[in-house]
Amino acid sequence: MREILELLERDSSLSHDTIATMLGLPVEEVSARIAEWEASGVIRRYKAVVDWESVDDAISREKVVAFIDVSVAPARGVGFDDVALRISRFDEVTSVHLVSGGHDLRCTVVGRDIRAVSDFVSQRLSTIDRVMSTATHFVLKTHKRDGDVFAEPEPDHRLRVTP
Amino acid sequence: MKPLNEVIAACPPSGIRRFFDIAAEMDDVISLGVGEPDFVTPWRIREAGIYALEHGYTTYTSNAGLPALRMLICSDLQQRYSAEYEWDTECLITTGVSEGLDLALRVLLNPGDEVIVPEPCYVAYEPCVAFAGGTTVRVPTRWEDRFTVDVDVVAAAITPRTKAILIGSPANPTGAVQPRETLQALARLAEKHDLYLISDEIYDRLTYNGSHTCLGAVPEARERTVVLGGFSKAQAMTGWRVGWICAPQAVAELCVRVHQYTMLCAPHVSQLAAVEALTSAETDVSEMVADYDRRRRVFVKGLREIGLECPEPDGAFYAFPSIRSSGLDSETFAERLLKEQGVAVVPGNVFGPSGEGHVRCSYATALPQLETAVDRMAAFLQSL
Repeated sequence: MREILELLERDSSLSHDTIATMLGLPVEEVSARIAEWEASGVIRRYKAVVDWESVDDAISREKVVAFIDVSVAPARGVGFDDVALRISRFDEVTSVHLVSGGHDLRCTVVGRDIRAVSDFVSQRLSTIDRVMSTATHFVLKTHKRDGDVFAEPEPDHRLRVTP
Repeated sequence: MKPLNEVIAACPPSGIRRFFDIAAEMDDVISLGVGEPDFVTPWRIREAGIYALEHGYTTYTSNAGLPALRMLICSDLQQRYSAEYEWDTECLITTGVSEGLDLALRVLLNPGDEVIVPEPCYVAYEPCVAFAGGTTVRVPTRWEDRFTVDVDVVAAAITPRTKAILIGSPANPTGAVQPRETLQALARLAEKHDLYLISDEIYDRLTYNGSHTCLGAVPEARERTVVLGGFSKAQAMTGWRVGWICAPQAVAELCVRVHQYTMLCAPHVSQLAAVEALTSAETDVSEMVADYDRRRRVFVKGLREIGLECPEPDGAFYAFPSIRSSGLDSETFAERLLKEQGVAVVPGNVFGPSGEGHVRCSYATALPQLETAVDRMAAFLQSL
């Protein structure tokens, strides 16, 4: 069953039929499982992995990504959770993790341009109660994201027919 | 000019070559004709190779190969298959199973000795037997038996000149895996007639229904068996040219003797990469095997759905469907499929007479391409 999730995580466009064949399971069972997971929220949604940097200019969109490290004063009873949740609710924020090290939260923020991200950090993030400081790291280039390498795939060097 | 070596001159070029030439000229070919993984060597292994180059491991190694690698191979065989080999006296590193096969045959055969070879089989077996001065005695396997070896047929082929039986399991081109009982029966037969066994186990890790039996772990076989293995298939390291021989000391010693004069040693960088492969690439290997298995299921189902009977391939990465329903012979089928639909397969007869009526299709190809290939094969069958 874990394999169904792993296959979908890698390629969510696989049909239930193909998954069933791949794993030697009845297609009804595969469909039932997937439906269960969709209903219970184990499978949140399906999406495509887009390499925005290689989209042609006509339809590309300006987008700036920054990692923001946030120091937070913890509070009795909730620790960092309430602040983390407040930050998570902003659409501009695409990920929030509680991390070890010099800061407490590491967030990913996406904006139209550098100005938009800076404004968000200074106006919205820094002003939340118990946020003590922030450190902003703008992403200059994405080489790999969520297991996908954004480089030219290596060509197939094999001869066409070999013993 | 005086005539060249008559044994070599008499050896026909591989039947695969012709299809390579046609396919190389064409655009938009989906090739199911490739006998190697479509995966590139896992990065951690390539990285170890780069490290070895950077740090100047560009020298010879000892003839038998790096002790660290031989130790790892022997302990892997022990843990995986309960096969017991002494790394320092019974194991050597070769430049792939190709060299291993050549060494084993040269060491075992005297001129005129016969080697029994169940076919269809890998294309190099018969030429290598001939180059070593021997004679191949083919015994057929039948697709109705899923290409398992009939031990009675092998027994009937034994003559006073028979020296060895050469078997590949899991097999190229059929994907057949010989059951443990068959291997045990072969071992008893070999014991009875005092024959050697050469066991080509290059596809050992690629089995999908039950596990592989290492012939060196079969008690009756242990003292008369040469096991050949390598890193080309499971670790996707074809171009590194690194494999191994495990054999009783007397045989292994003579293999090293030929190897030291003809090859000297396997490439140092490749041996270090192989050490990395055995130390840390197990996850990569099992992921690749799982992936082959999934494609295998989709591809075999696809072939059956378009009307080609296909025995279940239990190992390697080949399907060997029957194309008899097309009314064409293997060569014609393969040539027309290539020219008319741009799908390259290898005609079964190049692997021996029992391969006639079949084609070898490698599913070491990306899934969408496999699916397109099946569609094109369906269109081809419709057009007949």
